[in-house]
Amino acid sequence: MIVADRKPLDEIVNMLKPYENVLVLGCGACVSVCLSGGEKQARELAMQLNLRASNEGPGFHADFDCITRQCDREFTENLEKDPANFDAVLSIACGVGVGFMSELYPETPVLPGLNTTFYGANTAPGTWEEYCHGCGDCVLAWTGGICPIARCSKSLINGTCGGTHDGKCEVRDDLDCAWYMIYERLKQLGRLDEYRKMREPRDWGENRSGGPRRLTHEEVMELEEEVSNV
Amino acid sequence: MSEPVSNFQKATEKGDFVITAEIGPPKGTNIRPVIDEAEEYLKNGKVSAVNVTDIQTAVMRSSSMVGCKLLIDSGIEPVLQMVTRDRNRLALMSDLLSAYILGVRNVLALTGDHITMGDHPGAKAVYDLDSVGLLQAIGRLEDGTDMGVDFKGRPNKLDGKPEFFKGCCVTPCADCPEPQVIKLAKKVEAGAQFCQTQAVYDASAFENFISMVGDIDIPILAGIVVLKSAGMAKYMNGNVPGVQVPDSIVKTLSDAPKEDRQKKTVEITAKLIRDLKPLCSGVHLMTLGWDHLVPDIIEEAGL
Repeated sequence: MIVADRKPLDEIVNMLKPYENVLVLGCGACVSVCLSGGEKQARELAMQLNLRASNEGPGFHADFDCITRQCDREFTENLEKDPANFDAVLSIACGVGVGFMSELYPETPVLPGLNTTFYGANTAPGTWEEYCHGCGDCVLAWTGGICPIARCSKSLINGTCGGTHDGKCEVRDDLDCAWYMIYERLKQLGRLDEYRKMREPRDWGENRSGGPRRLTHEEVMELEEEVSNV
Repeated sequence: MSEPVSNFQKATEKGDFVITAEIGPPKGTNIRPVIDEAEEYLKNGKVSAVNVTDIQTAVMRSSSMVGCKLLIDSGIEPVLQMVTRDRNRLALMSDLLSAYILGVRNVLALTGDHITMGDHPGAKAVYDLDSVGLLQAIGRLEDGTDMGVDFKGRPNKLDGKPEFFKGCCVTPCADCPEPQVIKLAKKVEAGAQFCQTQAVYDASAFENFISMVGDIDIPILAGIVVLKSAGMAKYMNGNVPGVQVPDSIVKTLSDAPKEDRQKKTVEITAKLIRDLKPLCSGVHLMTLGWDHLVPDIIEEAGL
């Protein structure tokens, strides 16, 4: 899932300075699961903003709402409050939600309440860690299910660098060395031959170097066309 | 076997016990003192080549290429160190061609310390290629092509191709040596012709590594970072992965009176060289500015 982290309150307050009537908009998808941008967080943030504003004088008011997903047009039907009635929307979805809402409500400024950080898994209570980089050319088949693009600090594809020590990365002592993990996992699977294989330089064209990416399912487009022609 | 492209390669092929040294370009434009010191202490017929580091430890400084060019002008054969941290394949290949044009014939392919280790932690890390990929890139250039293709899908042709003596690095005393050994084999498969190792202070750990290397048949130069003080040795033990300075060496350094410290440094380094000599093809001396000790180290080691 997409993991995101709340921006500092001061930054949000500063961002909202030009506006008096603000809708804090939560998203029920990934950011709700990582406890950053769901309905509960939207309510709490609106309360925090109102409290802060009340200390500084009248004029500002924040309301809140939440929809199932901000990255899909159909769920905007479930909005209880119309964004068009507010000076600004503070979206606490990931950057996708902020961008998509901006497109759907071109007359209303949609501002980000979160910093979108990575694709991760819930590894311990209250902890999420990066597992995938969205590189567009998955290598997990030959790395024992451990992604070197996301989890090696240098995205190396041919094995450990000299910075590995006691299974940790040179970047931080609390960071596991991905290639040490891959080595141990492949050894456990009896597949160290995969470690020994030469990996050719990657085509980063699938990873944003080829420009913004798009996924198209032709069959779905054709189906939609047929339905609309009936 | 084709003709050696450098004196360094020639020396390794002759089977001599080879010595290489290392200089670091300065943070700033004042490079003359570094070159003058290299000329005074490293140009003595015993040192086959001098590495020039490439933005080492991710601390911004002038380039390896300019250091190499000035060494060539001073009659010293350089080894161009090249890390994949800061440049993508276009810039790396372009610099390889440029270095060849300037007369550089030895290249050491490295991944490079992570940007967070250095003094610009907010910079964008590149790592388009890894060290194996860089060796593959050098191989393509030597074949007269680059890593791209023309509109018909054929490899782009070069107008004039380089030829290098290509090197790589390994951490022989890593706490888990097998992944290092496997990667070294991949580097050799990708074209590495020599290896200069991360610092070694324990001949028996190095012997263990050499026994694991098996049929990897390239000259391996054991790396030695010249220890200037007990504090430095302790720092390395705590902060440099895969480097372990034995307590006995730390004690020798800390017991030495200040005026004898450089003498002790020479003795320690020379003894290490004598211990490592039967196990490797040469040594790579990383003096971190103490070039002036190199002649004494060589003499004391009996080389």
